Amino acid sequence: MVRRSIAAALSLLLLATACGDDGGTTLTIYSGRSEELVGPLLTRFEAETGIAIEVRYASSTDLAATLREEGSASPADVFFAQDPASLGAVAEVGMFRVLTPSILALVPDGFSDRDGLWVGVSGRSRVLVYDAVTLDPSDLPTNADDLLDPIWRGRIGIAPSNASFLAFVAAMILDRGEDATAEWLAGLAANDPQIFSGNSPIVTEVNNGTVAIGLVNHYYLLGLIADQGAATAANHFFPNAGPESLVMPAGVGILTTTDSLGVAEQFVEFLLTAESQQYFAEETFEYPLVDGVEAPASLPPLDTLAHPDLDLSDLATVLDLATDLVAAAGLL
Amino acid sequence: MTAPPDTAAVATRARPTPWWLWVAPGLALLPALVPFTFLMGRVLGSGSRLSDIVLSSQTARLIANTATLVVLVVISTAVIGIGAAWLTERTDLRGRRLWRVVVMLPLVMPSYVIALALLAATGPRGYLSDLAGFTIPAVSGLIGAWLTLTLATYPYVYLAASASLRRLDSAHEEAARGLGAGPWRAFRTIVLPQLRPAVGSGLLVVALYTLSDFGAVSLLRFDSFSRVVYAQYAGRLDRTPAAVLASVLVVLALVVVWAEWRTRGRAAYHGRPVTRPPRLARLSTTGSAVATGLLTALALVSLVIPLGVLVAWASRVSGPVIPWDAMAGSLTAATLAALLASALALPTAVLIARHSSRTTRWVERTAYAVFALPHVTIGLATVFFAARYLGGFYQSLTVLVAVYAAVFFAQALGPTRAALLQVSPAIEEASRSLGAGPMRTIVRITAPTVRRGLVAGALLVFLTTMKELPATLLLRPTGFETLAIDVWSAADSLLYSRAAVPAILLLVVAAIPTYLLTRRET
Repeated sequence: MVRRSIAAALSLLLLATACGDDGGTTLTIYSGRSEELVGPLLTRFEAETGIAIEVRYASSTDLAATLREEGSASPADVFFAQDPASLGAVAEVGMFRVLTPSILALVPDGFSDRDGLWVGVSGRSRVLVYDAVTLDPSDLPTNADDLLDPIWRGRIGIAPSNASFLAFVAAMILDRGEDATAEWLAGLAANDPQIFSGNSPIVTEVNNGTVAIGLVNHYYLLGLIADQGAATAANHFFPNAGPESLVMPAGVGILTTTDSLGVAEQFVEFLLTAESQQYFAEETFEYPLVDGVEAPASLPPLDTLAHPDLDLSDLATVLDLATDLVAAAGLL
Repeated sequence: MTAPPDTAAVATRARPTPWWLWVAPGLALLPALVPFTFLMGRVLGSGSRLSDIVLSSQTARLIANTATLVVLVVISTAVIGIGAAWLTERTDLRGRRLWRVVVMLPLVMPSYVIALALLAATGPRGYLSDLAGFTIPAVSGLIGAWLTLTLATYPYVYLAASASLRRLDSAHEEAARGLGAGPWRAFRTIVLPQLRPAVGSGLLVVALYTLSDFGAVSLLRFDSFSRVVYAQYAGRLDRTPAAVLASVLVVLALVVVWAEWRTRGRAAYHGRPVTRPPRLARLSTTGSAVATGLLTALALVSLVIPLGVLVAWASRVSGPVIPWDAMAGSLTAATLAALLASALALPTAVLIARHSSRTTRWVERTAYAVFALPHVTIGLATVFFAARYLGGFYQSLTVLVAVYAAVFFAQALGPTRAALLQVSPAIEEASRSLGAGPMRTIVRITAPTVRRGLVAGALLVFLTTMKELPATLLLRPTGFETLAIDVWSAADSLLYSRAAVPAILLLVVAAIPTYLLTRRET
């Protein structure tokens, strides 16, 4: 019995290894966007093209760090990230190929890398989600500094390890400098915020009334409303241009380690087709970036949003600093 | 879990140790030891960053948080575990046979499933709040983590205490009572000191479990070490802080082991074998009612409410989708890990029991040391090492299974070695003198005779692999799902109804090896 089980164990192990390595027809996608949000779209790509995909879901920052650790040994073909800072972190170490002009031409300039290393896929705005049962829009902070007011003590939900929050901090560093940002983060930490692992639990808890306000991306609340029919929470778009009103794209880049360039390009083009852009508008409630596809009706138009004037490719240069400052403030 | 009994190993000095016997423990333990050494090298090589991070106020806060949690859980599990053991073993409590099973059942529950149930039961959206008609405050943070880990780990203390009470001669206790000591005084001065070695090792398991728990503290948002190590890993491009904190966690685990070893001291109690059943304490009507009430409350909180809440949430999903992929993933990984660990445990047990030497004792100690390593640390170490040096094996099922088998190797080794020590080496010797080689003897003679030990070890490895979370999270192949991952990721997004179905499946699958194991015990 024992000999047989040893033999079985070893052959199963060999089989498992063999299965993991079946050549170039599989497209390996590292996705910093959750399965919840983009899983159905990726499944559709698989069904329409017949190309097998393998998706590794994790946080965008985690995957960017993983790619940097893996270097030339990386099994990934494309990196689909939640924020420009994670994409920039991969671009910075030379792991992205330059995309073709025909791909880059599909998306407005401000939403892609200036060197063409990654392309924006959908737009999202940082907002303040608030409990509309107990709060009136006129009570709400109009900028990041208002969040430090003691009336918000213990009532703010944040997700400091989330890539979008870190991108917001990076934007603040570009806008105000390192010292002012460190000071703001210390003030936030002193206001005893509630720490969450991601945006969606913050929105859920604000909707439950257990947390008053939260710094999140705009689309989580719309997803919750679509799911439950209604919500007691509401989105507050910050009225002034500042790091807190950052509008940034989720984006995608092709890795230099890819062994199936054609398929990878096909995937990037797929994300920028009218159908996929429609998917982002209707299913994930983001701003489509390709011309001719309508944004969700419940959102203020993209060109009316106040947003800071910065080159998104610069965010990555201060991402490490942003995480250091967040950690130094005791938030990470 | 507890160190194997220190009965003298029978060594067959006449025969030389075949070299390949050393290969098995090497194959089993190196998948954990090599990455771990690599991690230590990386941490020590990080220069001034190392001291900056270790001496930061954040690290001090983490140590304080984690230590508080460990101390609280150790105290509460000691009280519940010993109390329940005394009630079910030494009193005339009605239905004590049933209670013995009921208080052990939470062994099946991974901490993160209890945490999920707690979250889904309390707070404004909670199921219990719905039933009660008013909002039961959400249980989270330190209180939530304390409650959850107490419920998840008190059975380890109960098991140790009740086994020890059963073996204990009640003569001393009766003598003390006869000399006029009250029941409480007799228990405190006579029984408790005799329970100490066994309960101490049970509490060691509890402390190590709490120290390295990742799932419950993450879901309940309590900043203990494992949660922050993972947050640092997932949230930062720079991985040095995660590596350094993971190493500090190992130091804390060493402190816990050392503390247990120090307090155990040289105490040893040599009772005569128990020849008569112990005299049972008579509970008064009130005492009996209070005891039944307490045990009922324990069963409610640890079993009925969590299961009820999970079932209620699962039934809120319209047509619950069975996660077949995750089910298959869990079963595959757990089965492979159990087979691999047992296959390597057999030659290792032969090496330790039949060729005992100073070196083989170190092999055994190493297996237990690896078992005590926090999984988040092993996971991180392996990610670093595999990404750098393992090329095609990186993110493969092979690496994941090898790491499982390594960290749970002690569980396969313990029962196998114990079974082997109960068998006279004369049979193996006979096989050898009749001309069979050492390999043939192990496969044809040793393996069948220690079958029960091998199977028990394999079941334990299967069970713990099913429940394992942090190493799985860090090492799973792209696209590889398990029930534990499904529960965690849905619960982490507060999608309770989606988390409930895989959680229930996980409990059902985990109940099978637990049932088989407890049936063998009794």
